[in-house]
Amino acid sequence: MTPKERVIALFIVLAAAGSGGFIAAYFTGGSRLLEGVSLAGACAMFGAAALGWAFWIVPQEHVVDEVEGYPSQTIERMKQTNELTEVQHLVTRPVALVRLLAAALGVFGLALLVPPIRSLGTDPDETLFHTKWRKGDALTRIDGSFVRADQLNVNAVETVFPEHAIGDPMSVATLIRLRRGLLADAPDGYVVYSRLCTHAGCPVALYRKAAHELMCPCHQSTFNVLDDGAVVSGPADHALPRLPIVADAGGVLRATGDFPVPVGPGFWERP
Amino acid sequence: MIERFALWVDDRLGTAHFVRKALRKAFPDHWSFMLGEINMYAFIVLLVTGTFLALFFRPSATQTIYHGPYTLLDGTRLSEAYQSTLMLSFQVNAGLLIRQVHHWTALLFIAGIVVHMSRIFFTGAFRKPRELNWLIGITLFVLALGEGFTGYSLPDDLLSGTGLRIAVSVLLSVPVVGTWLSFLLLDGNFPSHQLIPRLFVAHVYILPAAIAALVAIHLAVLWRQKHTQFPGAGRTEKNVVGSPLFPNYAAKSLALFAMVLAVVVALGAFVQINPIWLWGPYVPWHVSSPDQPDWYIGWLEGALRLGPPWALHLWGHTIPSPFWPAVLMPALLFALVVFAPWIDALLRNDRAAHHLLDPARAAPMRTAAGVAFLVFTAGLTLAGSDDVQARYLHTDVISLVHFYQGFCTLGVILAFVVTYMIAAELRERERERAPARVRIRRNDKGGFEEEDLT
Repeated sequence: MTPKERVIALFIVLAAAGSGGFIAAYFTGGSRLLEGVSLAGACAMFGAAALGWAFWIVPQEHVVDEVEGYPSQTIERMKQTNELTEVQHLVTRPVALVRLLAAALGVFGLALLVPPIRSLGTDPDETLFHTKWRKGDALTRIDGSFVRADQLNVNAVETVFPEHAIGDPMSVATLIRLRRGLLADAPDGYVVYSRLCTHAGCPVALYRKAAHELMCPCHQSTFNVLDDGAVVSGPADHALPRLPIVADAGGVLRATGDFPVPVGPGFWERP
Repeated sequence: MIERFALWVDDRLGTAHFVRKALRKAFPDHWSFMLGEINMYAFIVLLVTGTFLALFFRPSATQTIYHGPYTLLDGTRLSEAYQSTLMLSFQVNAGLLIRQVHHWTALLFIAGIVVHMSRIFFTGAFRKPRELNWLIGITLFVLALGEGFTGYSLPDDLLSGTGLRIAVSVLLSVPVVGTWLSFLLLDGNFPSHQLIPRLFVAHVYILPAAIAALVAIHLAVLWRQKHTQFPGAGRTEKNVVGSPLFPNYAAKSLALFAMVLAVVVALGAFVQINPIWLWGPYVPWHVSSPDQPDWYIGWLEGALRLGPPWALHLWGHTIPSPFWPAVLMPALLFALVVFAPWIDALLRNDRAAHHLLDPARAAPMRTAAGVAFLVFTAGLTLAGSDDVQARYLHTDVISLVHFYQGFCTLGVILAFVVTYMIAAELRERERERAPARVRIRRNDKGGFEEEDLT
C-alpha cells in the first residue's frame, strides 16, 4: 500500500471501530454521548475515507457536456403547433358542448371536494362570542375552591374559572387584587380580566404590579388594569375584556354576567 | 459483477447508452453546487429518523396521568402525545439521540434550503430556462416550513402548544373565510383534540410524500437541463465543464453525505434541543416567558411583534391586526420570490436562456434586492426574540420594537442602496481592469483576423 492508501485504510478502520463502538455503547447502558460520539465519528471517518478516495485514488479528470436537447428544432416545434391546432380545432368545434362539459366538470370537482372538506369540522359556533361565565358564578380555582374576598393580598394574582366550567380554555380569567380605592368599581380592590390575549390568543399571564399592567409574553402586548384593559403598547388592537364581579354576603367573589365582549383574538365575524 | 448486472438490465430495457452517458455526466466543481445536495441528504436523514420516531410516538390528545422515570412530572396530567415523547426520550434506547438528530436535521434542512436558494438567486441561476426548478424549489421550501412547524408542534408541550394557539389566531384573522378555515381544521374552537392527529397525518404522510415527489421532479429537471456554471476558461453558454458523475463526483458527494451525517449525529448527541420535559405539557392558560419558536418561524414571530395594532372594521366585520404582518406580508413576500425570474427578466430586459452564472457584482439591482430581502427577514427574525435581547441589553422591549421597525424599513432601504453602490462599483472596476480579450484566427485566405471577445 502507498502512504495515501494507508491513510485511507486508517480512516476505514476507524469508521469500523466507531460503528462497533456504537453497538457496544448501545448494549452497555445506552449513553447518548457515547452512542453519539461513536456514530458521528464513524460517519466522519467514512466521509474522510471517501474524500481521500475522491482526491487520491480516483484519477482527476474533466468532462465537457454540450447543453443540448432543448429547445427542440424549429421544424419539430412547428409540427407540434400545427398538430395541436388541428386537433384542437377538430375536437372543440362544438363550442357549446365544450362549455357544457367544462361546467359539468366544475360541479363534479366541487362534488368531490365538498364532503372531505365539509366533514372536517363543525360550523363556527357560540364559543367564539360567549364564554361559560353566567351571572352568579363563583370565581373558582382549578382545584374547585371558591375565591373569597379576604383570601388574597394586595398584588396577588389567581387563575379562575366559572364554577360550572372549571378548566374551560375560553373562560379562563386572571383575578388581581389591587390596593383598595385604586379603582372605584372593583369590589375590595378585585378585578378580573380574560386570560386570552386579544392579539393572538396567548395567555396574558404576566402582571407588572408597579405599572398595573397585564402583559402577554408572546408578542408583548400590554393592557392597563386600571383602565378596563385598554391597550398600552404592543400589537393588540383592542382592550382585554374585563369580567364584572361582586363579593356576595359570604365574601365569595361572583361574576355578575359574561364578559361584555367576545374574548380572545379578533376574527371576521366579530363586530 | 456490476457489468453483468448492467447487461442483464440492458437485455430488458436497453439502457446501455443511457447508463454510459449518465456515468460521464459533467458536474461543475464549485462548492456552492453542493448546497442543494446537503438538503437532499438531510431529507434522507429526516425520513429514516422520522420513521423510527413514528414507531413510538402516539398522536393523541387524550389526557393521561404520567408515571415514569422523569419523576418531576410524576402524577401530572398530560396528553398521550406528550407522554409518548417523554417515553421515547427517556425509555427507548437511543430514542433521545434519534429525536435530537431528527430535530437538528430539520433545522439544517431548512437552513440549507435558504442558503441554496440564495446561491441560485444571487448568481442568476433562476433565469430562463430554470424558472421551472425555481418554482419547484419555492414549493419545496414552503412544504419544508410546513414539515418543520407540524413536526415541532406534535409533542403537545407548552411551547409548541403556544405556537399552535398563535397559528390558529393567525388563521382566524383571515378575512371572510378565516373562522371557517380554523373550525374545519380543528373541528371546533381552539384547543381541539383533533389537531395533533391531523398535524401528524400532514407531518408523516402528506408533506413528506409531496416533498419526495417534488425532489424527484426537481432532480429530473436538473438532469435534463444540465447544470449552470460560473464563467471561466473553456466554459460557454453551450457547454458544461466538470467532473464526471462516476467516479469523481459520486465519491465527493458520498463524502458530503457522510459528513452531513456526522454533523447531525454530533449535534444530536452533544447539543440539547427542544427538551420538552422542561417546558411541561400544554395547558391552555399556562405560558412560558421567553417563548421563541424554531429559527425558521422566527421571522413570522418577529413580524407579529412589529406589526401595527390596527384592526379594520368593515360593515360589522373585523380584519384583526395579526392579518397584516402574518398573512398579508408573507403572501406579498412569497409573491415577490415566486415572480423573481420574470421581474428580473423584465428589469434587465433579457429574456434569453442563460447557462453561465452571473457573479453577484454583475447584476447590482438583483444583488441589492436579494440583500435587502435577507436583511428584512433577518431583522424580523431578530425581532422575534426582542424580549430576550431586552433582558440582556437592560433595555425595555418597546425601544427594541421601535429599533427593529426602523431596521426593517430604513435599514432595508439602506442595505439596498449600499449593496447596489458596492456592486456597481465592483462591476465598473472589473470592466476597467479587464484587458481586451481577442482571439486571433487564421481565415480561409491564409491571413489572420481578430475577434473581439469582450
